Amino acid sequence: MKRQRFSGLSLLWQGLAGHRGWREQWRRAEPKPAYDAVIVGGGGHGLGTAYYLAAEHGLTNIAVVEKGWIGGGNTGRNTTIIRSNYLFDESIAFYDHAVKMWKDLSQVLNYNVMYSPRGVMMIAHNVHDMRMLKRILHANHANGVDNEWLEPAEAKAFCPPLNIGTDIRYPVLGATLQRRGGTARHDAVAWGYARAADALGVDILENCEVTGMQRDAGGAVTALETTRGLIRTSRVGVVAAGNSSVVMRMAGILLPLESFPLQALVSEPVKPVLPCVVMSNAIHAYISQSDKGELVIGAGTDAYTSYTQRGALHVDLHTIEAICELFPCFRRLRMLRNWGGIVDVTPDRSPIVGMTPVPGLFVNCGWGTGGFKATPGSAHVFAWTMAKGEPHPIAAPFSLERFREGRVIDEAAAAGVAH
Amino acid sequence: MLLIHCPYCGDRPEIEFSYGGQAHLARPAKAEELSDEEWAAYLYLRKNPRGLHAERWRHLRGCGRFFNALRDTTNDRFAATYKVGEAPP
Repeated sequence: MKRQRFSGLSLLWQGLAGHRGWREQWRRAEPKPAYDAVIVGGGGHGLGTAYYLAAEHGLTNIAVVEKGWIGGGNTGRNTTIIRSNYLFDESIAFYDHAVKMWKDLSQVLNYNVMYSPRGVMMIAHNVHDMRMLKRILHANHANGVDNEWLEPAEAKAFCPPLNIGTDIRYPVLGATLQRRGGTARHDAVAWGYARAADALGVDILENCEVTGMQRDAGGAVTALETTRGLIRTSRVGVVAAGNSSVVMRMAGILLPLESFPLQALVSEPVKPVLPCVVMSNAIHAYISQSDKGELVIGAGTDAYTSYTQRGALHVDLHTIEAICELFPCFRRLRMLRNWGGIVDVTPDRSPIVGMTPVPGLFVNCGWGTGGFKATPGSAHVFAWTMAKGEPHPIAAPFSLERFREGRVIDEAAAAGVAH
Repeated sequence: MLLIHCPYCGDRPEIEFSYGGQAHLARPAKAEELSDEEWAAYLYLRKNPRGLHAERWRHLRGCGRFFNALRDTTNDRFAATYKVGEAPP
């Protein structure tokens, strides 16, 4: 089936025809007995990996297996923030690779992912915050990544609802602003990659949970046992976010990961009021406004490991208190709903992307509380790694071996969400 | 919010407690004799199970004492809490 191309003209044409001519955006594929490669996990990172494997490395006899529905995990549950203002060179290179790809992603996929570089502002409330944010800013400049310092009045001019009064408990002393940072539509990222991968022949297998992994005498992967039957393959990429520990244990690999619930909540929709993303690490405020008008708020992780995809209300209240102080005009807004996702957190708050001790098995996990922003970059370098059987230069520092070798990339301060 | 049974004080709300991660991780007695592999495993590798998890909690804003718990991570229900030094029930 030929893919329909989306354009202003096709929208107009379909509109005149009563919108009855739109077709399914990807096939409902049946599992084949064998594939050249299989991706475990149908979120943005996994679907993107399949797309780049097909588009850039010519691997089209591949499948994405997903235990639920695509984009129903963290891809559909995050707060959609994009930025690359991290501290260490390795992280800046990785996240900025993604930011550069976000710029053209809608055109590349012929799917509007609604990337909106509206600016990400990170607020300092004390002298330690100011030092840390300025250190990050200088690290960004040294790596050619934009970031600028704003005095409180300048921050207020850029983001008018911000309270810069000096009488509040944690007054605003300054802020950094990364103008290329912003947001994108999370669902569209999953759907856009799924549609583009499907058009290149990738099978997307939903409701297909991996229950076991078969290996040969040399230890190499030979097949996946799934709820939709046995799938033979010699190359597997595990991109299972919060469930990475569960899937990798099937191959006998213990990971340096813990899975925590991370919550988000949205307000009733209002007219445009918040022009940028605002984050405060110190008091844990994390807020932006969706194009629909809802204020999108990210809370911190719950204290304990869990796979329930829900968390406790006191964690949400903590961030709401901070937001009510920074934005007094939001105090009377009603919150519409809250939800949780399960995030896989590493000891150094940096992802694990690359090879594993098991031949044919690759892993892309540990994105923790901040994986959405990296989606295109992560998928791109992971596909390269899987296709060539060696780590992409950008992914190389993020190997599983870094924990044994003591080369951790400690982004706890720049990760943005308190753990 | 979870209702947690402190073995010393009884049922208390979660906000009185702090979480201490996977239980029964003993620091190796002769750390200087460990290989990098073994040391990294002690420091970083965690079971992170989907199901029953043996974990440490501390009744920080109560009696202040550490204890262990068995909790099902698929529904957050506690199967048991028990004192430090005791085997998991």
